Amino acid sequence: MSGPGSRPGRDDSPDRLYTLTGGRSRAGTDSPFDLVTLVVAESAPVPGMQSEHAAILRMTERPTAVVEIAAELRLPVGITKILLADLLATGRVSARHPRHQAAVPDLELLEQVLVGLRNL
Amino acid sequence: MDSATSRASAPLGASASNGLKIVVVGGFGVGKTTLVRSVSEIRPLATEETMTQAGAAVDDLTGVTTKTATTVAFDFGRITLDARNVLYLFGAPGQERFWFLWDRLFSGTLGAVVLVDTRRIDDSWYAIDRLEKHGTPFVVAVNDFGGPSFTPEQVREALDLDPHVPLVSCDARSRESSKLVLITLVEHVHTLHAADRVRPSRQELV
Ligand SMILES: Nc1nc2c(ncn2[C@@H]2O[C@H](COP(=O)(O)OP(=O)(O)OP(=O)(O)O)[C@@H](O)[C@H]2O)c(=O)[nH]1
Ligand SMILES: [Mg+2]
Repeated sequence: MSGPGSRPGRDDSPDRLYTLTGGRSRAGTDSPFDLVTLVVAESAPVPGMQSEHAAILRMTERPTAVVEIAAELRLPVGITKILLADLLATGRVSARHPRHQAAVPDLELLEQVLVGLRNL
Repeated sequence: MDSATSRASAPLGASASNGLKIVVVGGFGVGKTTLVRSVSEIRPLATEETMTQAGAAVDDLTGVTTKTATTVAFDFGRITLDARNVLYLFGAPGQERFWFLWDRLFSGTLGAVVLVDTRRIDDSWYAIDRLEKHGTPFVVAVNDFGGPSFTPEQVREALDLDPHVPLVSCDARSRESSKLVLITLVEHVHTLHAADRVRPSRQELV
């Protein structure tokens, strides 16, 4: 259960969020990241790097979903996407985007999901 | 590595490449978090989505000043399905005022589970209406809180539920029961898509 204390971002002043993202306030609807896009580090953190960027690179040595990164950083999803966009633009992370599109039925994928669920 | 100790779970395998979403919706206290927790391989985490004024042009923003971002918490869990596919479950508040979050959460989801508490069936109306408008496939799971027991027909009638929408009862505290709800949903989505696939090919033949 998420008590008030466990909610990320709650204590973050707008000023802190502003600083983190260099003043960009929105990832926008054109953000390349979905909540479940899997992010993978392509390089190690370097000294002097913004601490959130370094944390993301450590966290994504293995594929990690955007929503998990946001929860670990205790930052709102939108802010996290902005930080990720910086890293993507400089090639420090790569992104594995979800393949499922509601408009394009993929029966084979659904069958894989069923197998996975039944094997739980 | 301080980040390693704070992780909620073992990391995914290096070959994980496809994230999938299922959303669990319903009124306050209906068992969303419980269901996500029952089947998740990670300790369910909470995070927040931020709504800026610009991002919510038509919402009722009474009292929201220009600089204020409104945030809403939602929780999520994870199920590794196989070497490539990872399923994320999102527990989302079902109330009307959270609709902006819904539209973001629902885009690209496999489908949704609508949890219903028979003591407050009305709470689920908005969720169902929204899902239908959005074209998101869903199943309805009646969580047994020991409230008045209704027949499936009564629940269907109370929710004005389309006959093809699966209705199951569940105990969100049980992993097996919650798993069955998810399987029912994915089977339903499969059925819908299999039917979709037949129709266009018929047209092509004409
Ligand atoms: N009897 C019974 N109790 C349940 C069931 N599912 C959940 N509960 C209990 O109901 C309470 C609320 O469950 P939550 O999972 O927190 O509900 P929620 O939908 O996440 O609640 P909010 O996030 O506050 O809207 C908890 O005390 C659960 O233990 C169920 O199937 N049967
Ligand atoms: Mg909850």
